[in-house]
Amino acid sequence: MADTPQIDERIKEISPLRRALIRPELGGIVGTFAVFTLFALFAFDSGMFNSQGVMNWSIVSAQFMIIAVGACLLMIAGEFDLSVGSMIGFAGMMIAVFGVVLAWPMWIAIIITFAICCALGALNGWIVVRTGLPSFIVTLAFLFILRGFTIYIPQTIERKTIIGGIRDAAEGDWLAPIFGGKIGQPIFQWLGDIGVIGVFERGTRAGQPVVDGIPMLIIWAIVLIIFGHILLTRTRFGNWIFASGGDAEAARNSGVPVNKVKILMFMFTAFCATVLAVCQVMEFGSAGADRGLLKEFEAIIAVVIGGALLTGGYGSVIGAALGALIFGVVQQGLFFAGVESSLFRVFLGVILLFAVILNTYIRRIITGER
Amino acid sequence: MSASQNATPPIIQMKDIEKHFGSVIALAGVSVDVFAGECHCLLGDNGAGKSTFIKTMSGVHKPTAGEIIFEGKPLDFADPRDAITAGIATVHQHLAMIPLMSVSRNFFMGNEPVKKVAGLTFFDHDYANRVTMEEMRKMGINLRGPDQAVGTLSGGERQTVAIARAVHFGAKVLILDEPTSALGVRQTSNVLATIDKVRKQGIAVVFITHNVRHALAVGDRFTVLNRGKTLGTAKRGEITPEELQDLMAGGQELAQLEGSLGGTV
Repeated sequence: MADTPQIDERIKEISPLRRALIRPELGGIVGTFAVFTLFALFAFDSGMFNSQGVMNWSIVSAQFMIIAVGACLLMIAGEFDLSVGSMIGFAGMMIAVFGVVLAWPMWIAIIITFAICCALGALNGWIVVRTGLPSFIVTLAFLFILRGFTIYIPQTIERKTIIGGIRDAAEGDWLAPIFGGKIGQPIFQWLGDIGVIGVFERGTRAGQPVVDGIPMLIIWAIVLIIFGHILLTRTRFGNWIFASGGDAEAARNSGVPVNKVKILMFMFTAFCATVLAVCQVMEFGSAGADRGLLKEFEAIIAVVIGGALLTGGYGSVIGAALGALIFGVVQQGLFFAGVESSLFRVFLGVILLFAVILNTYIRRIITGER
Repeated sequence: MSASQNATPPIIQMKDIEKHFGSVIALAGVSVDVFAGECHCLLGDNGAGKSTFIKTMSGVHKPTAGEIIFEGKPLDFADPRDAITAGIATVHQHLAMIPLMSVSRNFFMGNEPVKKVAGLTFFDHDYANRVTMEEMRKMGINLRGPDQAVGTLSGGERQTVAIARAVHFGAKVLILDEPTSALGVRQTSNVLATIDKVRKQGIAVVFITHNVRHALAVGDRFTVLNRGKTLGTAKRGEITPEELQDLMAGGQELAQLEGSLGGTV
């Protein structure tokens, strides 16, 4: 038998369509086209596609993108984080407590908040890898623990659940503008002067363009997407992320430090939540105990629309970003189109269901299961 | 032992290995030696101590008593990583393969090739893809492409990828833990052909199986384990399948069974 010539396994031809189907971004790309086509047809004159409208849905999308990048990498590594929303509220409140109540310099408040939140992410991950419990349960516990503290702390020290005055406290700080500032003002001024974008007709801001710069929130979203995409697809650590989520035991046998990868991804998810939280408090000038409610589910939905498998080991940061874009465009687009906003939730449920069914089908193609 | 007439010393020698787990004696003095370029079959029924033995060889367990000599030097592995670094690789029953990932990503999992671009370290996909295609072609498997997911490969092809990976990363001793136990006829013959190729490259293959026919197809020497003891090593041509089968079952009981089954086992 040893001398039997090697028989070539039959190689089945796969069609270009199937080949395209197994790219995780496909759903996101198709969805993005569909959504833009739809709103271009039905809401073009509503102001959705003028400079203010574009900025409006871009900011909302960017908010989803920031948390979706973290949730995406974590999901590919095989875990969930349901505490993202609570982490956003908690991080914002920490900034307010340190920067306003304790009156520390804003940059110290921001750095310490990042340290605390990343440590909490690490704690989440550590508990998950040490106990072997599903991350669903562990982070569900943190959803309540963090939200509880976010309400308890300001009530105890300030007797209210919203702490304001952050914008004043951040005045002249060097780090705060990296989260709350805008860039590109001269370009927008020039665009306004030559009439490409609208300018205010009267009032104190007469002559200034209606959109006066790109908020740092959007820059953060773009930077995090590029970082996440390169990390996942172009580095050895990215290979470890796929391996940890695909089959943790097989990855361990091959020498992949699975626990380290998972804990780092929990920390990265917490980092992304904190970025969004800091951008939000700098924009609003206040921290509220109810910030970030339901964000964890919105992040997971964006990631799933983007083609990632809930079971881990497969997905794309670009896909997740497109999922977040669809999310933002539809949420704001329905408002521009004058559709009752509660229908947004109906849309969300339907598209989530479709995305999961499509992903399961794709998984069967990849793994050859029947 | 029949190996003494060989000119070169064995690459790995297991001398009177004993392994106790609490009050259970899993191995009661097993001696096996393996030469480079040979396929040494380790046969035994379930519970004979095969798994304990190869885990001792690959650094997972420390022997309670006995000595392991690898390339002329006594061995003392702290953990399996040491054994892998030294060149003792194990391909497990439960493969270290991830179905959702591409062949090339699987091939280099945990050992990713890197290149530096502007001071940053990146996964060298071009190198990984090229090497994967080349190594798989050597083993007689034509991939659609290096990005083909492992999930689309057959069980035999997956075994071959795992073996090719171990060989590529410098295995001198390749331990195969029942690679054919879950495979069909044709896939089994593919894997056996792969074992033959690997042996011809001068690598020592330790082939664990409880299928006498698979062992006889590629084996150079055969060691039978029974109840934690070796029942001796036989060379190819010195032993018949029936004798091997009897040794594995401990003689007696199977002889009676075989009467009723008409020698089909």
